Formats: sequence, C-alpha cells, structure tokens
Amino acid sequence: MKFSVQVEVRLRPGIADPQGATIERSLPTLGFDGVAGVRVGKSIRFVVESVDEASARSEVDDMCKRFLTNPVIEDSVVSIEALESVLA
Amino acid sequence: MTVRIGVVLFPGSNCEMDAMEAVRSLGGAAEILWHGDAVLNGVDGIIVPGGFAHGDYLRPGAIARFSPIMGAVGAFAADGGPVVGICNGFQVLTEAGLLPGALQKNAGLKFRCAPALLRVATTDSCLTRAATLGAELQIPINHFEGNYTCSPETLAELQRDDRIVLRYVENPNGSIDDIAGVCNEGRNVVGLMPHPERAVSKLLGSDDGVPLLRSLLETASALSV
Repeated sequence: MKFSVQVEVRLRPGIADPQGATIERSLPTLGFDGVAGVRVGKSIRFVVESVDEASARSEVDDMCKRFLTNPVIEDSVVSIEALESVLA
Repeated sequence: MTVRIGVVLFPGSNCEMDAMEAVRSLGGAAEILWHGDAVLNGVDGIIVPGGFAHGDYLRPGAIARFSPIMGAVGAFAADGGPVVGICNGFQVLTEAGLLPGALQKNAGLKFRCAPALLRVATTDSCLTRAATLGAELQIPINHFEGNYTCSPETLAELQRDDRIVLRYVENPNGSIDDIAGVCNEGRNVVGLMPHPERAVSKLLGSDDGVPLLRSLLETASALSV
C-alpha cells in the first residue's frame, strides 16, 4: 500500500526560535496586533510504500528520529493517509 | 616524524585549504580526506573544516554525518584520536553525536562575520593544551547557525566536567553560557564556531589561532609516537 506522509518538524517547547521571534516582532508593523507564540517549523511530504499503516508509521518514526529531526532541539508530528485502499 | 593532519572534504566544504595551510605553517603535514572514502590514511589528527557540507540541506551537518568517512572519524575519536570541528565541522560533529548539543540559528537572525574575542575556559582539551587558561584570543567568526543550545542537564554536565573549552567575551549569537566551543568526555574531540585557521599570522589580523592549532598538532604528535 502507498501512504501519503506529512512530517511537521517543530522546535521543542522551550527552545528559543529566532525566526519565530522576528516574525512576531514584525507583525505589528503591518497592523497585525495581538499575535503571540509564533513558532517556525518545516513541513516534509513524501509517499511511502508499506504493508499497512502501522508499519508505515513505524518506518516514518524511525526516519524522524534518525534523520528528519535533531532530537536535541526538534520533535515531529506525523500525519499518514492511505493513497490506495485494499479491495475488500 | 612530521605530524600528519587529515582535513575532511565534503561537497560544499570551503575552509579546507585554509586549514591545511595553517597546519603546514606550524610545521605539520596536511592532506585531504575525501568524504566518500571510509579511510583515514593513518593520519594522526583530524580537522572537520567549515563550509556548507551538502548545502546545509535539512540542517547543517545532517547529511554529512552519514558520509562513509564519518564512521572512520567516529572510530578514530573513540580510540582517543584528536578531532577538531570548526564552524560547519562543529555542526557536523554535533549531528554525528560526537559532541553534545546543537547549533541553532543566531539570535536576532544575523549572519555574524567579524573578529570575536574568546576566552580560554579550559586547557584540558586537544585544542587548548598549549593555550593559557583565561587568555583572550581574537579569532574570526563567520556563521549564521552558531547559537549553541543544549538541555539544562547537558549544560550542567559540561560545566561540572570542565568541558566548555572557549567562551565568547561578548556573545555574538545567543549561545547558552557564551559557549564558543566544547569537548567530549575524552577531551580529544573539540568543536568550535570560530575559525582559528584564519588567525595564524599577523598579516591576517591575528595570530591568536596559533596556540589552538599547535595544541592539536602536539596532541596528534604525542599519540602518533
């Protein structure tokens, strides 16, 4: 089965985010007041082939741990969606 | 015998010639170690130089750490061999897990390219054994992601075990505890953001990098006997 995967890479809570802070400071100059807690991350999308959703998820989790994130400063949220369903 | 330093070359490294020239100016021999080869040619010490290995894609050092050469560098370090990562090389060593912590984008999102004043925080490392504790050294910095970050537990460990090697006198990038360089538990692996190889002659504005690189050469030489 093929699965569409989206990995959102985020800075861990408590890790300073210089990009987010700069964006947050810039917003009021454009008239957008009252915005707080801006955090910048990355979105990585791909398609993975696997026997079922559980094994796709475990493979993607491994990818995140070993490569897609730096666990010292980042964590990730994974969304998986089947592209083709098995015929009943 | 002349001490031999290997300088790792990744696609996108750009300080390897400066590093080799600096080693030679101090009487050492220097050679390139290609990232695609898993061999170290029997060198006595290793420099992982600055630049933008693999374009810094994903994260600086994230792809370089999987190069065939890095397995050999890790084994060399585990055997006590001296390894120094400069700038992008520091980022590669943290990604490879040879050094703790991570390098984040500079506070204020400024690319910093300027001489920086550093203070020697320990002389118990392969990069500072020939330096003077507390000495102030003027060494250039040239980076966007040099903001050293680690967990509070790791920071406490680094402080307790005297593993912070160099500190900025004036913090240019937001690094925790003004950290410019750290070492591993064995004190034979050091990473630093500033470029000592660019400060080996008064003609370059400073020769304060000499005691640092001399330390590396001395450590490598002692181990090669």
